[in-house]
This record gives sequence, structure tokens and C-alpha cells, in this order.
Amino acid sequence: MEKRVVFRSAWLPYALVAPQIAITIVFFFWPAVQAVWYSFQLQDAFGLKTQFVGLQNFAALFKDGNYLESFKTTALFSALVAFFGIAISLLLATMADRVLRGAMAYKTLLIWPYAVAPAVAGVLWAFLFAPSIRIVTYVLRGFGVDWNWIIDPDQAMLLVVIASVWKQISYNFLFFLAGLQSIPRSLIEAAAIDGASPFRRFWTIVFPLLSPTTFFLLVVNIVYAFFETFGVIDATTQGGPGQATQILVYKVYHDGVKAADLGGSSAQSVILMFIVIALTVAQFRFIERKVQY
Amino acid sequence: MVENRPFITFLSHAVLILGVLIVAFPLYVTFIASTHTLEAIVQVPMPLLPGDQLIENYRQVLTAGTTTGSRASVASMLFNSTVMALAIPLGKIAISVISAFAIVYFRFPARMFFFWMIFVTLMLPVEVRIIPTFKVIADLGMLNTYAGLTVPLIASATATFLFRQFFMTVPDELAEAARVDGAGPMRFFWDVLLPLSKTTMAALFVIQFIYGWNQYLWPLLITTDESMYTTVIGIKRMIVGSDAANEWNLIMATAILAMLPPALVVMLMQRWFVKGLVETEK
Repeated sequence: MEKRVVFRSAWLPYALVAPQIAITIVFFFWPAVQAVWYSFQLQDAFGLKTQFVGLQNFAALFKDGNYLESFKTTALFSALVAFFGIAISLLLATMADRVLRGAMAYKTLLIWPYAVAPAVAGVLWAFLFAPSIRIVTYVLRGFGVDWNWIIDPDQAMLLVVIASVWKQISYNFLFFLAGLQSIPRSLIEAAAIDGASPFRRFWTIVFPLLSPTTFFLLVVNIVYAFFETFGVIDATTQGGPGQATQILVYKVYHDGVKAADLGGSSAQSVILMFIVIALTVAQFRFIERKVQY
Repeated sequence: MVENRPFITFLSHAVLILGVLIVAFPLYVTFIASTHTLEAIVQVPMPLLPGDQLIENYRQVLTAGTTTGSRASVASMLFNSTVMALAIPLGKIAISVISAFAIVYFRFPARMFFFWMIFVTLMLPVEVRIIPTFKVIADLGMLNTYAGLTVPLIASATATFLFRQFFMTVPDELAEAARVDGAGPMRFFWDVLLPLSKTTMAALFVIQFIYGWNQYLWPLLITTDESMYTTVIGIKRMIVGSDAANEWNLIMATAILAMLPPALVVMLMQRWFVKGLVETEK
């Protein structure tokens, strides 16, 4: 798509794109190039000498059990966040699409967590679940569950998943609701006249028609779990106990900022860049498909 | 409604009410905790009805902060958050709208090159280039400055795309008419294009306000000075070590203050918010 009518000027368009391009070069391209450059280097403990080591940093990473473990943790974490985030919001959106009365009020009351910063969401849930007998811990103890996410890896994972899902539900909910409202009523009415139950109608008509939205949300939720949940993790478990909740992004931060391993951290950044590129391509494939519909 | 099934309607309401309650539960407990003394909160079980320390707690955090963790006052944190939440959307809108204008309404040799350059930034989120970006900021002497907090975050491919997409839908006749009337490109931009873009800008502003307010990793890296903390960072800094050492009543009061502005923006400007959310993802 191109404009038929254009303006002509030798310098104006360059002046107009200049601010954005300048910021992009200084804060995006220059650091990205540096990340690639550092990833081929080894720095001594005092940061005085650097040495070109080729792909050694990468080789070391893939031999490092901790790093591979972090991959597994990230996969598990993002799968749980995406699955529960999508399932719960689909349920709520389906119900909100059905009700006539109060639909607007439900919507307003369900979307506000979008406005909560991931780190704050983490603090709220960590407070509720605090091992030193806070409210949820107290109730759980009543059921005979000994809750202590500070030492139990599975419970720590559960906590960060709950906090991350809670924050993301509103986003998924809005997209599902929009998707549901765009399904032609005539299709559902036709099925109802043929005697299909609401349950059957959902699985044979509504759910398949929602699949583009679901796929889109799957990609968005995975991206969310990979990157934006940094705040949730840093504010609650900080990757612990041990490495039970150390997702890849947290490890880049931990190794680079706290352990000051520039080469290793940069190599991890480069690997993450490839993951982002793959996810972005997946997202755009989806958009292309939608356009063809 | 396709058919009338009272039971299913009842079930729908039940599920929704349960959903709303579960979603609101952490907020409720946070609010309750912010109205009690620390001694009341650490009791088992914690009280679930509001206490009488509401004004006292909020006054304490706004003027003085906590005593065990960070001592920065929350009033200054709220100010810093407001600066970020306003400068980022305004800066983003300003630079994106002009670069989209150049890319759509001009033909120049490097056009596609610039377009792709902006596009590629989608693939480089802050989280991926933490250390090198930090170094660039440090080299430029922008640590602990408002410029350092905001400028690196205002370049955005999504905003540029949004405006580009919108400009594509503006009828060519308008530009033609403007040209026939002897208007130059900037005149057309100010008098025709910008007024038409108002709704797109409003939607983008709401989304980016929340984005700016909720920034975490970036301010965490580049602010070491307490006076530059944003509210979200402040909460994190108030939590020190073990659970018992924290003044949870004050931390929770700060959490409420940190959530209030963006939540109000989302709920009161719902129409723009939904529009912005759906359009920035297209």
C-alpha cells in the first residue's frame, strides 16, 4: 500500500525521521551490536583485560547445567502462564458474552489488573502467601498444607505463575470478549435451532472461530512470560529457591549485573534475541493469515 | 441471547462474580493492610476489616517513607513516576507521528531502509540488551537523570506503525486538496493530519501512560539515587531481607498509591484504553 499523493522535499523527510532514527541507533542498535561483540569476548575478574574467544562463551553456556535448567524453567513457566491465563480468561469472557445485565460492570471490574505493574503484582501475592502466616498461608494450613515458597521450589513456581496469570487475565479477557462479539449470532442461533446444547455450541462453533484470537494470545502470553514477568520474579523469589524460578531473562540480569559476567551474560542476550526474533516472526505469520481471511 | 436458560444465566453470573472477587482479593487485602498498625498485621490471622491507621500510614509514607527499608518519601517517587508516565507517551507520540508522516507522505531514497530500521527495534526489548544499554547510558552520563529514565524508552516501532496505518486510511483527496490550495507539507501536517489523528493519539497515550508508570527493569538499572526512585522501584527497595523486618503496613500503602493512578486511567478512560490495546497489537 502506497500513497498516490506525496510531497516533495530534499531534506524535510530526513529531518522528520531524524529524532526517531537517532534514538534507535544510540539506544537500540549500538547496544545490540555491543552485546554481540561482548558475547565473543572473555573478561578477566577485574574488567581490565578482554580477550577474543570466538564462540567459547556460547559453548560454555550449552555445557552449563544451570543454563539448560533455566531453559527448562522458562519453558515450564511460560507454558503454565499461557495455559492458565488463556483458559481462565476464555471462561470469563464466554460468561461475560452471555450475560445481558451488568456486562459493562463485570468488564470494568476485570480489566483493572492490567494497570498493575508486574513487580507490584508480585509484592501483593507474595504478601498474601507469606510463609510467616499471612492470610492464604493461614487458610492453607487449615487444610493441612504446609506452605513455604521460600524453601519449596514447586510452591515458589506456583506463586510466580499465579501472580503473572492474575496480571495478564484482563488483557486476554478483552481480546477474547472482542473475538466473541465478532462471531455472527446467526451461526449460534442456527445451531441452537438444530438442538445443539450451549456446551456443544461452544466447542463446535465458538471455539474454532476463536482460534485466530487464541493463537495470537498464545504468542503474546509467551512473550509476556519470557520478558515482562521479570518484575514479578525480582519482587518475589529472585529466581530462588536455588534456581527454581530463574527464567532466562532473570539469568541474563543476574549474571550480568549481580555476578558481573559480561561475556556470559551477553551471549545469553544474543540467544534471547534469536528467541524474540522467532516469536516476532510467528506473530507476523499470524497477522498475514488474518489478512487473507 | 439465543434462548432463555435461567440456570445457565445464573451460572454465568456466579462464575463472573467469583472471577471478580478472586481478581479483587489481593487488592482488598492490600488495602486492609494499609489501614492497620504493623502489630495488627503480623497477628495470626491478619484482620480482614479496615483499621484506623489509614490517614496515619499514608501520611507517613508520603512524607517520610519507611524507616527500615528505603527512606525516600513516596511523594517524590510519585513525582518521578508521573514524569516517566507523561514524558514517555508524549515523547513517543511526538517522534513517531513525524517519522510516520515522513515515511507515508514522502518518497525519498532511504525510505524503506529507515522503515526497516524502526521495524527491527520490535525485536530488541530492553530485557534483551540490559548490560550494553546500561553501559551506553553510563557513558553518556545519564544515570540518575530524567533523560536517562525516559529518552531510551521513547523510540518505539509500535507507535510508528500505528500512525502509519492510520495515515494510510486518510483519503488522498485531502492531501491533494491541500496541495491545490498551496499548502506545504508541514501546513498539511498541522492543519489536516494532526487534528484527524486525535483519537489515535488518545488511545496511544493511555496505553503508554501505563507502560511508563509501570516500568521496572529500566529504572532499577539506572537509578541508584533514592531521590530518583519511581514508585514501583520504591516498593521493591522497601522490602529488605526477611519477612519480619518489613513494615508491611507502609509497603502496602505505597502499593495502593502505585496502583491507583494507572488503574484509574484504565477504568475511567476505558474506551481509549481498549482501542489502544487492540490497535497497538494489530
